[in-house]
Order: sequence, then C-alpha cells, then structure tokens
Amino acid sequence: MNLQSISKGRLFWPLVALFLMVMVNFWFNPDFFSIKVVNNGLYGSVIDILNRAAPVMLIAMGMTLVIATRGIDISVGATVAISGAIAAALIGGSLEIKDGVQTYVSNTPMSLAILAALGVGLLCGLWNGFLVAGVGMQPIIATLILMVAGRGIAQLITGGQIVTIYYEPFFFFGNGFFLGVPFAIYLVAAVAVVLLLLVHRTALGLFVQAVGLNPTASRFSGISARALIFWVYGFCGVTAAVAGVIIASNVKSADGNNAGLMMELDAILAVALGGTSLDGGRFSLIGTLIGALILQTLSYAIYSLGVPPEINLVVKAIVVFVVCLIQSEALRNMLFQRRTRVEGQA
Amino acid sequence: MLKSRRSLLSAIVMGLVAGAVAMPAFAADKKITLGFAQVGAESEWRAANTVSIKEAAKAAGIDLKFSDAQQKQENQIKAIRGYIAQKVDVISFAPVVTTGWDTVLKEAKAAKIPVVLTDRSVDTKDESLYVAMIASDFTEEGRKAGKWLLENYKTPGDVNIVELQGTVGSAPAIERKKGFEEVIKADPRFKITRSQTGDFTRAKGKEVMEAFLKADANINVLYAHNDDMAIGAIQAIEAAGKKPGKDIIVIGVDAVKGAFEAMMAGKMNVSIECNPQLGPQLMEVVKDIVAGKPVPRRIITKEGVFPMETAAKEFPNRKY
Repeated sequence: MNLQSISKGRLFWPLVALFLMVMVNFWFNPDFFSIKVVNNGLYGSVIDILNRAAPVMLIAMGMTLVIATRGIDISVGATVAISGAIAAALIGGSLEIKDGVQTYVSNTPMSLAILAALGVGLLCGLWNGFLVAGVGMQPIIATLILMVAGRGIAQLITGGQIVTIYYEPFFFFGNGFFLGVPFAIYLVAAVAVVLLLLVHRTALGLFVQAVGLNPTASRFSGISARALIFWVYGFCGVTAAVAGVIIASNVKSADGNNAGLMMELDAILAVALGGTSLDGGRFSLIGTLIGALILQTLSYAIYSLGVPPEINLVVKAIVVFVVCLIQSEALRNMLFQRRTRVEGQA
Repeated sequence: MLKSRRSLLSAIVMGLVAGAVAMPAFAADKKITLGFAQVGAESEWRAANTVSIKEAAKAAGIDLKFSDAQQKQENQIKAIRGYIAQKVDVISFAPVVTTGWDTVLKEAKAAKIPVVLTDRSVDTKDESLYVAMIASDFTEEGRKAGKWLLENYKTPGDVNIVELQGTVGSAPAIERKKGFEEVIKADPRFKITRSQTGDFTRAKGKEVMEAFLKADANINVLYAHNDDMAIGAIQAIEAAGKKPGKDIIVIGVDAVKGAFEAMMAGKMNVSIECNPQLGPQLMEVVKDIVAGKPVPRRIITKEGVFPMETAAKEFPNRKY
C-alpha cells in the first residue's frame, strides 16, 4: 500500500480551501503577497501567517497521530500554559535596573529551562497516555482531567500573575529569524520532516493506522497497541510544550490563564480540515498542516478586513462550515451527479 | 434537610476561609466581620485587588473572611450563603457576571446583612438588594484616554487611530470604547480606522496589531483597552521596524507594572489607571455601614493618568 498516493488525492480539497482563503485576503489587501526585509528578517502577511500558525501546526501534528489511534487530546491547551509557565519561571521573572540600565537576568541556564518545559510536556502527555492505554479510560475523559487541572497547575507556577521574561536570548524562539525566516517555522519543518520520515519510511505509520482501524486485530498481528498509544500521547504532549515555549517566547511572558486557551479545538479543527477522519485510522500530516494554515489565514483575513469583533466567531464558523462541506464527498456527489445514490454512505 | 446542607456548606466555606487568611477565628472583642467573595485570581489586576483588600482589612482591624470563586458564579453564591449562615456584619463581593444574583441577595437581605458590591455591578430590578457599589468608572477611563490624546497630539493632519478592544461583550470593553469615542468626536481630525478584539491578552494584542500594520500603512495612534494588549502590540510595532511611542502613539488602560516599564523605555505614551486598590475605600464604607451612617450608593475609585514622563518617578510605588 502506498500511503503517498492516497494522501495526494485527499489533499486536493484542503488545498482548494486554502487557496480560496488566500485569494480572499489578496482581494481585499493587494499588498498581501508583498514581502520586504525589516530588521534582518522577512516581513509580510504570508510570513506572519506561517509564523502565527506554527504553534497550532506543531500541536496539530501530535494531535493527528493521537486521532489516528482513535483517540483525542483536549489537554494540549493546558499543556501549552504549563510549559510556558515553567520556561518563564525558570528563565527569569525580574527586571534589574543597574545605574538606570535595564539588564537581562536568567535564573537558570536557558537550555535547562527549555528542557524542563519540554520534559514536563512529555510527562503531561504520558500521563494522558497512561490513563488511556494503561487504565483504559476514554480519551476525551482522560484528557479532560488534565485540561481542567492543567490551567490550575500553570496558575500555581506563575502565582496567578502574568510572568514577564527579561532574558533576550530566549526571545529568539518566537521572534528570531534564521536566514530571514522566523525560527518557529524551522521548528515546524523539522518536526514535520522527522515525523513524515518515521511515518512513511518505517512501519510506524502503518502501526498507528492499524491501531486506529482495529485495535484487536492489530494486537493479534503483534503490534503492542498499548505501548504505541502511550507514546503517541507523550509525543503530543511534547509538541504542545514546544508550542508553549514558542508562545511564551513570542510575547516575552507566560500567562497561565490565557496561553493556549481553546488551542485544543483549533488543533482538532486543523486535523479535521486536513482530511483526517476523527474515527481514527487513515491520517494525513500534510493535510493537518494545510488545515492549520487555513485557520490562520482565516483569522488573518478577519483581522485585516475590518470584520466587527462581535461577529468574528460567526464568520469563522460559516467559513469552517463551508470548507467542511467542500470536502464532503457525499455533498459533491449530490451536487454533481444529480440524485444518483451515493454508494456505501461515507 | 436544607438546614443541614447549609451548615455543611458553611463548614466547608469556613474551612476555606480559615485556610485563605491566617487570622484567628475567635477575635477577642467585638470586631466587625466582613465576608468577601472574590472572583478569582485571573489577572495581575485581580491579584493586586485581593492583596489590597486583605491588607486594608488588617489595617482597619476588620475580621475578614475571604473566599476565591475561581471565576465561577456558583462558587460565589455558595460563599455568600456561607457568610449569611455565619452571620457576618457585612457581605461584599465582586460579581463574576451581572445576572442571577437576586435569590442569594434576597437571602442576605432577609438575614439583615448589608451587601457592598465592588468592581462590577449586578443587573437587578430591586435596588434595595445592595447598599453601595465601589467601582471604577470604565467610561470615564475611556474619556480620560481620549482627552489625553486630544490634548497631546499636536501634529497637524488626520489622525488614524486603531483600537484593540477587550473581550467582546465585557463591560470594560464596551464602556472604554464608548468613553473614548465620546471625547474624540469633538475633533473631526481623529478617526478610529480599525477596531478589533484582542481579548485583553498580550498574545492576541500582538497578533491583531501585526495584521493591522500589514493592511494599513497609516496608523498614527494605538488605543488598547488594557495595558497587556498594548504591550503585545508594542512588540508587533517594533517588529515592523517602527518606533512605538514615536511613530505610533500608544495608549493603554490599567497602569500595571509592565506598562510602566514600557513607558520608561519610551515605548508607550500613557496609561490610564484602573485602580484595583479599593481595599481602604471598602473598609471605610463597611465601618460607616456598621456605625449606621449613610453611605453613597455609587463610590468611584480614585484613579489617575500616567503619561510616560511620570513613569520613572511613579514606578517604585506601583504594587501591581
């Protein structure tokens, strides 16, 4: 079975949706594609969208694997808040003014702080994995626990305050440029390439699909479904932690209350828009990335077109609804093949 | 049945309260007891608000019973019922939402315990359910922001203002917008060209400002409904290669510490204070109520305007 040829066909409609979203932006904002160089970095709407979509793209990739195993992880937003809070608390929350000059202090070495943040993300993920694979809880309930408790934990770490970070090197993750491109985009690309290689060049992709399609059958064929699910949740936690570090770095602060709020829904939506079925089994990482870009392009359009804030969510909902309809095979058949019966009802 | 449930509740609340404030449960002489039901600890502003109330109570010699509702109305109602059962002298709370308070307030009234609202108002037809409200006037804050802009923006020509609104539908967002618009209407040069919500957060403020800057080359002024959004937007303005505070005038509301740091660095022009330190005013009102003196129904907190020139001098005094 060739996974690539399957995904190619399925990517067509998500790409169409993304193209339409981009065109809407271009229609209202002729400068949409213009890119210039400001402060050693590329500067333009397209760059913004890629940069802003980075956290959701990362989380959505982890989410894709979780969903492919018939699971779901609604705790990723809370994990974002926890990892951001840990990074901020460890790196430095005080501004020191010496002789009228603001100096940057870091409480713990930055590499250690980031490792700690990622480690805690992994722990959060493995906790979910343990509840789902070990205890046998339903994924939505299992991850609901951390979703609710996680924000409390993040608040505890930040002491209920917004912790401002005063350590310049840390800002690179969310604001820095490498060869003119925002660093966060490289992080996404790196995770995506590694994951695609793992999924397509090794048996891992097949295992994940098998577990999602039929856990019992996959167990009989020798796949350790429990261990696989355990680590897939762990990986999802890590992607959330990376996103948390990027977000904290981007705004130079950690906000236990609001960081990553509702992000789990954006990630799930990105997965769905990318053509992965929430029933598990077949999945498309590239589709997920496109899904995340569709969402961010849509938000960008809302900000720059002057949509009144009161109806933001309505506009978003309508567009998402239409995109989902476009992707629905059943609907297309209904429209184009006039009343011929759809076989096998998708 | 109901009674035993209540006493159980009050026991729980008492336990919470005892944990929240380290204060002996049995005071020696007849101290005034105040039951305060706080919203939660959702922001720097709220944290400062809590500290102010606790410190002011201590200083005034008032026995404070404090509870944290974690942003949930049902928790606040439980706490208030607990205070009624404990027969405190005065109940005070900062309502999470505006509606749904009538029942519990009627219970307090039946128990003859006066209620003082802080910080936010409630929506009720029966005005007798509370005796006073101490709160900021958000509309006035918006007006102050507008006034500062009219008085200080001297460059001739049209002034294009972009606005970062607070959470859609929240009272501060609606009223700060209203007050600001009211004042700038007086001068046709000033126009709000773009307005979008930034949810009161740094991350959203930055994201929205980035999009504004790309879509619109002519932005002269940024008016943010709180300082956190302004701080996020300042980062976006810098990333666009412009100088916040000079190329784009930045106005925020709240006067939190972060805003003072930005003003000291010359990146923000003014912050309108929204004072969370209403503890001392609250304690005064509580004493007056217990002493049977008449109190005004609407008490406005004392609030200032801090332009960047005063930031360095004021910074050491900031508690939040």
